[in-house]
Amino acid sequence: MTDALLSVRNLRVEFPTRRGVLTAIDDVSFDIMPGEVLGVVGESGAGKSLTGAAIIGLLEPPGRIAGGEIMLKGQRIDNLGAEAMRRIRGKRIGMVFQDPLTSLNPLYTVAQQLIETIRTHADISEAEARKRAVALLDRVGIPAAARRIDDYPHHFSGGMRQRVVIALALCAEPELVIADEPTTALDVSVQSQIIDLIKEICAERGAAVMLITHDMGVIAETADRVAVLYSGRVAEIGPVTQVITAPEHPYTVGLMGSIPTLTQDHARLVAIPGAMPRLNAIPQGCAFNPRCERAFDRCFAARPEPLPRGDRRQVACWLYDAVAPAAEEKANV
Amino acid sequence: MLAYIIRRIAQSVLVMLVVALVSFALFRFVGDPINSMVGQEATIADREALRDQLGLNDPFLTQFATFVARAAQGDFGISYRLQQPVMELILSRLPATLELALVSGILAFTFGVGFGVYTALRRNGWLSNTIMTVSLIGVSLPTFLIGVLLIWVFAVELQWLPSFGRGDVVSVGGWPTGLLTPSGRASLVLPAITLGLYQMTLIMRLVRAEMLEVLRTDYIKFARARGLANRAVNFGHALKNTMVPVITITGLQLGSIIAFAIITETVFQWPGVGALFINSVRFVDVPVMAAYLMLIALVFVIINLIVDLLYYVVDPRLRVDRAATRH
Repeated sequence: MTDALLSVRNLRVEFPTRRGVLTAIDDVSFDIMPGEVLGVVGESGAGKSLTGAAIIGLLEPPGRIAGGEIMLKGQRIDNLGAEAMRRIRGKRIGMVFQDPLTSLNPLYTVAQQLIETIRTHADISEAEARKRAVALLDRVGIPAAARRIDDYPHHFSGGMRQRVVIALALCAEPELVIADEPTTALDVSVQSQIIDLIKEICAERGAAVMLITHDMGVIAETADRVAVLYSGRVAEIGPVTQVITAPEHPYTVGLMGSIPTLTQDHARLVAIPGAMPRLNAIPQGCAFNPRCERAFDRCFAARPEPLPRGDRRQVACWLYDAVAPAAEEKANV
Repeated sequence: MLAYIIRRIAQSVLVMLVVALVSFALFRFVGDPINSMVGQEATIADREALRDQLGLNDPFLTQFATFVARAAQGDFGISYRLQQPVMELILSRLPATLELALVSGILAFTFGVGFGVYTALRRNGWLSNTIMTVSLIGVSLPTFLIGVLLIWVFAVELQWLPSFGRGDVVSVGGWPTGLLTPSGRASLVLPAITLGLYQMTLIMRLVRAEMLEVLRTDYIKFARARGLANRAVNFGHALKNTMVPVITITGLQLGSIIAFAIITETVFQWPGVGALFINSVRFVDVPVMAAYLMLIALVFVIINLIVDLLYYVVDPRLRVDRAATRH
């Protein structure tokens, strides 16, 4: 997989605190191919957003990348200087944040923000940048873009503002767009429009998307592949249809089982018992072992490595190790 | 927008009327002005005649209306002590005070915003920590003590700067200014620092707190994620948002600078309105006190009005007239 657009290898993100170092992301690896949509799912605190922030180089101190590497088209970017990284942000990696109501600077018009961003990355005149900005706003579906462009963010509704945010993230034509829960703050009726827009417009420009969400429905509709994160580790990663129809990691199985369907008649929603461990109390071995119904000795002793399971699919679970679980059990006794 | 301005001006007039009432009440509460105007030999008939002549026997409302009408024309009567028209006295002293206030206001604002931004951006640098610690002194030491300390160090020990007075002044279009002469400028330094130090630390701490708040917002994160230069993010996007609350406080502080120039003017023997006021209090010179009260109120009201209008310039969200375009 040398032709990957983005390649994250053994990424480790730490937060030094007074009570010791917390490891928020521990040994996460994945690839994103050019033009591919990778969904990243997981509970709150699983490290989805942190992974995005680490890739684009915007981890908030004291958080820091403590290990591993991030490669963009074969070029290592996790150890770049501040100025070199700034040039990559916006130009090669764009980012869409969760809340469109707070993502736009309230004191500048949409035109000012777009033109400033375009001119930061391209050496063109103000008039030229403005023309591009209008075209882009038009493309993301702002009606009467040429007129609305001089409005301030508060003149737009939430859904419209997220369209403006998308235009801003894409205005320098990045190769990768990290969308961090882009629809969580929006009305349900607008959510699918925004997701469709992101997918369409990125496909048009050949940009890959890293779609961070906790909405499995969105992943199922949009993503090519999906990575399931748990406690800062990749539990399972693979093509979206396989992971959804035949989940292998017990956590993914639980996650899929907890999605209510119209055909099933549950008295209560199905839930995975327990909660994700806090960062300072991640158990030894597999992080999921306290909640896993199928955990056995080995899960408590050693941490499972991602095991290849067919075409571009990996599962980090001892259940799928070549050594038979039963044999392993005996060996430990 | 126009309706808003008219409404604000109407409110300002109301405030001024209330202050006028308080000023007017001064005359009645500090004793009978007749006593201080006539000699001990004056008969009761003389006193009554003078009372009638001055209109002191008129009904309260008539007297108040006369006071307001005259005040509106700048006529506050004649100083008991100096036997000059009050307005003339104040106008002759006002340039000194305004110059002092303006210079210390500019100092306070410039250094306050500068230090505030610096300490917010380099949150844990040693220089930031030093500035923050020193600023505590500025907040906690009283103005007169700072003034005396500055005089001791720079005027007495080092003999760099004069310790009192305004130096030479030249008249520019009827406005006596000390800014154009070397001795005038030298004389201005210590009083301006004394007067502005507290305001500077206040503005600095406010800017720092606001800036830290703004730097945490999503739109700053998003601006960084778009690859905008640090300069553009910090000084364009962040600072502009920081300035909204800072403008209010700074505006009000400018009012306080003018009002509290009294102490600094006393310490440095600055020939301004504040010193005039203090002397008037000592001699119960009620017309001057009343006029000073009105003047300070007027300054506050005008500054408030300007601040409110500045809001409109800085924050587009307040320009409600375009809200109709919202989807």
